[in-house]
Amino acid sequence: MRFTPTTLAGALSAVALIGVAGMAQADYPEEPITYVIPFDPGGESDVTARFQEPHLEEILGVSVNVTHRPGGGGAVAWSEFQNDAEPDGYEIIGVNIPHIIGQPIQREDAGFETDDWEIITFFHSTPNALIVPADSPFETLDDLVEYARENPEAVTLGGSGTYSANHLGALRLEREADIDITYIPFTGTGPLPAAIEGGHVSGIFNYTMLGVQMEDRARVLAVAAEERVPALPDAPTFKEQGYDIVGGAYRGVAAPTGTPDEVIEVLEEAFAEANREIASEQEPLGFVMEYITGDEVNEVMNMLREAYGPILEEAE
Amino acid sequence: MDMLLQALATLMTFESVITVLVGVSAGLLIGSLPGLTATMALAVLLPFTFSMEALQGLIALGAVYMGSIYGGAFTAILINTPGTPSSIATTFDGYPMARQGRAYEALAGATIASVIGGVVGVTFLLILAPPLARLAVAFGPAEMFWVAMLGLTLVASLSTGSLLKGLLGGCLGMMLSTIGVSPIGGETRFTFGYPPLQGGIELIVALIGLFVIPELLTMAAEGRGALAQEGRFGQGEASIRQIFRRVLGKPVNLIRSCLIGQIIAVIPGAGGNVTSLVAYNEARRFSRDPESFGKGNLEGVVASESSNNVMVAGSMIPLLTLGIPGAPPDAVILGVLMMHGLRPGLDLFTESGVLTNGFILSMGLAALMLLPVGLLGARLIHRIVIKTPYHFLVPCIAMVTILGTFALRNSLLDVGIMLILGSVGYFLRLIGIHPAPIVLGLILGGIAEQGYVQTMLAAVVDPIPWLRLVHNPLSMVLAGLVVLATTTVLLPAWLERRSRPDRKASERGGET
Repeated sequence: MRFTPTTLAGALSAVALIGVAGMAQADYPEEPITYVIPFDPGGESDVTARFQEPHLEEILGVSVNVTHRPGGGGAVAWSEFQNDAEPDGYEIIGVNIPHIIGQPIQREDAGFETDDWEIITFFHSTPNALIVPADSPFETLDDLVEYARENPEAVTLGGSGTYSANHLGALRLEREADIDITYIPFTGTGPLPAAIEGGHVSGIFNYTMLGVQMEDRARVLAVAAEERVPALPDAPTFKEQGYDIVGGAYRGVAAPTGTPDEVIEVLEEAFAEANREIASEQEPLGFVMEYITGDEVNEVMNMLREAYGPILEEAE
Repeated sequence: MDMLLQALATLMTFESVITVLVGVSAGLLIGSLPGLTATMALAVLLPFTFSMEALQGLIALGAVYMGSIYGGAFTAILINTPGTPSSIATTFDGYPMARQGRAYEALAGATIASVIGGVVGVTFLLILAPPLARLAVAFGPAEMFWVAMLGLTLVASLSTGSLLKGLLGGCLGMMLSTIGVSPIGGETRFTFGYPPLQGGIELIVALIGLFVIPELLTMAAEGRGALAQEGRFGQGEASIRQIFRRVLGKPVNLIRSCLIGQIIAVIPGAGGNVTSLVAYNEARRFSRDPESFGKGNLEGVVASESSNNVMVAGSMIPLLTLGIPGAPPDAVILGVLMMHGLRPGLDLFTESGVLTNGFILSMGLAALMLLPVGLLGARLIHRIVIKTPYHFLVPCIAMVTILGTFALRNSLLDVGIMLILGSVGYFLRLIGIHPAPIVLGLILGGIAEQGYVQTMLAAVVDPIPWLRLVHNPLSMVLAGLVVLATTTVLLPAWLERRSRPDRKASERGGET
């Protein structure tokens, strides 16, 4: 359809007749929704989207197409989304903290901004966990901290990515405990089980999920959550052991800036509903379900920006 | 044993057999299209498996995986284009065979080798999973660095004619691998302020560009089809029985290739791309007649195809026992396991043993199905490629190539990169720099960088950090192999150089 002055005028008067522009969205959604995952298939973001997909389709009554656009640790898809996506609610994208906070600080040309979208909700978090092999000499967090104090840089902790949730968690442990450890980034979570199983690192700073997955082969020394995680009832938190470290990755979903509020609300409710339905499947894997929406999104963003910002800028 | 029988019983239902048959056929088709990889086939299939039971879903995935890795051989042989990265080495002898009118022999040989490879892989997985899993975790950053170095010595044997040009190609590939976000450290490199380049150059994109486009340009420039018309099968050609005999008549080659396939498959991160290249290289090194390789030797095809199909089941070992994906498509299978609440580990072999064994056996069944499906499919596709005039064939392949490249990451930039690399590749080929070393450099550059940087990071407290590269027996052995491989390549070249005047003629003969 071409926008000639006549059709434009017609459309405008039609909108004026209805009264409110937002009313035009009352029937949302009518078309299939594209849900972009900025990572490879098979990862945590992908698996979650796959869990959500059928429930979202049922709730929204339209098909939800999960597509992948991996590259640059998410940055390729995010920059494309902020530049090109239409704010009509039919294009949404998975967003991850700390990636969207860290990358624009770290890279001159990340191509996207931390705040240039409407974050609909954060639906779950995966707290960091400090995991050592089952035959490790470190029985408790204190053992590890003590050894690290006497032998600076000798403790090697693997994790997923650089300035990722894992890396930032390890850096916070260094600050809180006043120790010097060596963080070794790996490409994603995939190679980490081999890294501790084969004794290539002293331990790993990864998510609770891996702690659950490796239950019989590894020991979780501490979890960076406010409370113990249901899937790992025996693993103490950092807080219990006197270190104020809470953090990990948050996963959520965003729509382009300028998407009507009504649309955001519909999606918000749909994701919350889907989240409740998949909780029983996801919680045993080590995910912590969240229902962060509206103003809480900004609160969480600001809290984490304050926690991570100084560390990131110091590293610059 | 009970579990095995029980698993076999669940597998021998009409439903399961049909699932395997359809899966293998679909995989074969997808694998034979350049750009549509095994990983993608599995990702596409993923949503459909939700509605199935866990076992049924896994059976479907395993069958598609097996079929698509094999399907890559079709295009490798018929149009000199590896359908998946793991059939790069199949092009070396498969395509020359096809040009000589022996396409069907090559296809049938590849099929038989794939079936044998697939079955061997499944057997290893059933019997030797726990000990081989221990081998998998022995490969840490330092070992991976040496594995990559060892892989790079293949450049020498991949460069037909000039070693220097081969090395040049390898370096080019390694340089391409540095574009984008660095694997360790996360800095962006060589993006020239253009954010989309953060994604780097995807292997498949380079593979398609460097192999397919130059071939298409050559076809167009020479005004010929991919194959000689006289390459009809069945007439004056080896019959299936003869091909069987020819493949099985060299058991050493088969056994060696399968072993290589299995060992490399359990090393996380290496995958099928490397297995087939290494197996091919060793087949040539140990052959009594190494000169015939690259000119249409069936042994080369057999080595490549048997080893990459061992990898399918072989890479499941670290996946099922430890949750480590040995090759990229395995990450998708890991996702499926997680979704069904199945935790990789020994539980998988005990508590849910029926399911796991059923899955493993279904891959064996899929491997066997390759024989009828593959031989039939080979006839069909062969006929299409030969009968279609080149002025239809070339644009068709070009279209599929562009679509496949786009579908890979939903990226138009990738299509652009593919076309640029392809055009450059055409001219590089004209001056004697072949795509295989470039792609090898691209694959191994990243692995080497990652291993080296991680090792150096871990060695930050050591007085001489680089000693960490050879700090345990395995890394020392690997380093020794690298030195050995380099000398065996360079020594003859050096000797040849010293006696150059009287060797000139033969050298010219070696250039293709």
